[in-house]
Amino acid sequence: MRSRWSYVYFAFYLLLGIVLLFLNNDLSKAVITLMNVIIVLVPLIGTIFGVMYYYNSKEFTELLLAQPLKRSSIFLGQYLGVALSLSMSLILGLGIPFVFYGLFESSAIWDFSLLLITGTILTLIFTALAFNIALSNENKIKGFGYAILLWLFLAVIYDGLFLMTLILFEDYPLDKVSLIGTMLNPIDLSRTLILLKLDISALLGYTGAVFKQFFGTSFGLLVSFVMLTIWVVMPVLRIVFKSKKKDF
Amino acid sequence: MKHLLTLLVVVLITKPSIAQMVTVCKTCPISTLTDGIAQAKDFDTIVVKKGTYKEHNVIVDKPLTIIGEKYPVIDGELKGEIITIISDHVTVDGLFMINVGNSYTEDFAAIRVKNSKNFLIQNLVLEKLFFGIYIEKSRDGKVYHNKIIGEAVEEYNSGNGIQLWYSKNIEIEHNFVQHVRDGIYLEFSNACVIKNNVSALNVRYGLHFMFSNDDVYQDNTFENNGAGVAVMFSKRIKMFNNIFKENWGTASYGLLLKEINDAEIEGNIFEDNTIGINVEGTNRINYKHNIFKNNGWAIKVKGACYTNIFTENNFLYNSFDIAYNSKVNDNEFNKNYWSSYTGYDLDKNGIGDVPYRPVKLFSYIVNRTPETIILLRSMFIDIIDFSEKVSPVFTPDDLLDNNPQIKKLTW
Repeated sequence: MRSRWSYVYFAFYLLLGIVLLFLNNDLSKAVITLMNVIIVLVPLIGTIFGVMYYYNSKEFTELLLAQPLKRSSIFLGQYLGVALSLSMSLILGLGIPFVFYGLFESSAIWDFSLLLITGTILTLIFTALAFNIALSNENKIKGFGYAILLWLFLAVIYDGLFLMTLILFEDYPLDKVSLIGTMLNPIDLSRTLILLKLDISALLGYTGAVFKQFFGTSFGLLVSFVMLTIWVVMPVLRIVFKSKKKDF
Repeated sequence: MKHLLTLLVVVLITKPSIAQMVTVCKTCPISTLTDGIAQAKDFDTIVVKKGTYKEHNVIVDKPLTIIGEKYPVIDGELKGEIITIISDHVTVDGLFMINVGNSYTEDFAAIRVKNSKNFLIQNLVLEKLFFGIYIEKSRDGKVYHNKIIGEAVEEYNSGNGIQLWYSKNIEIEHNFVQHVRDGIYLEFSNACVIKNNVSALNVRYGLHFMFSNDDVYQDNTFENNGAGVAVMFSKRIKMFNNIFKENWGTASYGLLLKEINDAEIEGNIFEDNTIGINVEGTNRINYKHNIFKNNGWAIKVKGACYTNIFTENNFLYNSFDIAYNSKVNDNEFNKNYWSSYTGYDLDKNGIGDVPYRPVKLFSYIVNRTPETIILLRSMFIDIIDFSEKVSPVFTPDDLLDNNPQIKKLTW
């Protein structure tokens, strides 16, 4: 089941990459379009696959639990299996058409690698979150509901609340707040990282200057990657912790 | 006809005296330009041979033609102005002028034209300058094919490449200006033509108008300046076929219009600027056949702007097409091509059946709270933009293009 779906996923990205390059004829333009896809679709697919896989292989998991195996290695193995195969599909699916198009001779290679790295990290984060939700909910429907809600919250609602906050407190200096606001949401953080690399920073005016100053330095880049790593590690730790205590 | 005849007579009479030639070279009896000018009679030609001449404050007080052979170097040794022209009918051609004096109280220039008529300044190369070519209270002159390369870093201690002050009917063509404060600067100068120049990498503006009316600038390229062109407090300026490129930075724009009336902006290309055109308090301006490509904002409208008419322009892949900070609109958009138009054309007449709204809700929000721009390209923003498009609440509801083109316009 896992392998079949990851082929579909791979084929989807392959098609997307080819169509984008075919329509755009311009590597750097295609990278911008891809960004929109990555920050919306990758988390969604990661979430749904994670939940779906957990519920579908539940009986098999119970069988495995009867064997003399460590619980953490079973669940971590399952998590890594899903997350890594999704990441591989993403990297290969997008990478192959771009490489054939002449990525290595293009200046867009760094932007593209950043795109793939953030895409991979987002996959890791959202699959882990999905496993957490599935572990905590026996009810499939509820689990799916929560997973979709989580994605909706981070991808859409969070930005709405963020926007409201910024408008409500527009009389106050907001650059620190907006910096923290973006750091807290992995989707926003990835979006900002890519946008700043794509030289849209000059558009951002004064706020942009603050952002550029922060993310432009290696320190800022390090902090944001640490932040993303925390987003991966925390849910994974909870998977380990939760799976040790859970009754099956 | 009468004028022509007089001219012919004048030319015929003065012809013998034109034949007079004064040669200046290092080993000649006349070894400095100052000496040469002192020796020469009206309408003589001074030929300056190759060599280095350390001179400043050279005053040209009679109608002369000064021609440099193989680019002789006139070195001002940072002591002040190099050449000052105070006579009519002076031609300066083919000199390499360096080291103009720097001053905080006086505007030293490599070459200054003062109260003169019918001058011609051409083929000069100016380097290490403060001001380059400074034309004051003069008229009917030509400035052709000069190359001005400065070393400006800050605004307060640098000068302009070509500056016009209270001048009239000057032609500035095929000049190349780099690394100065303002590439070309016009103050109180009317009826001038600025054509085919390249103004790049300047600290402030590529071209700057102040209180100047009835000027034309066309076929120029403004690239990578602090800001491309600033047109301020001027009337009836014509801007044709210029290229505004890569004026990219937090406070940069391709073209700034401030308090401008009755201008024509036609056939220009605005590419990769943070703001293509920044419009403040302008009235009765026609924008036609321009291309706005890959800008942050194609057009940013601030303050009271009335009867600005945008027809048949191409708006291609700008992050924002138009930004507006008021709800009132008296400007007209018609028959433009918008790359972000999503409507359809059922009757196949090349015009979209649904009007296009160039002002997005997000650009309105960003105008109010600039910090919100960090949500650019977020999905939430796409959703609210869409809902605003369907039923406008915040953006001016009469601001729309009723005839958006389906295909990119070509002329």
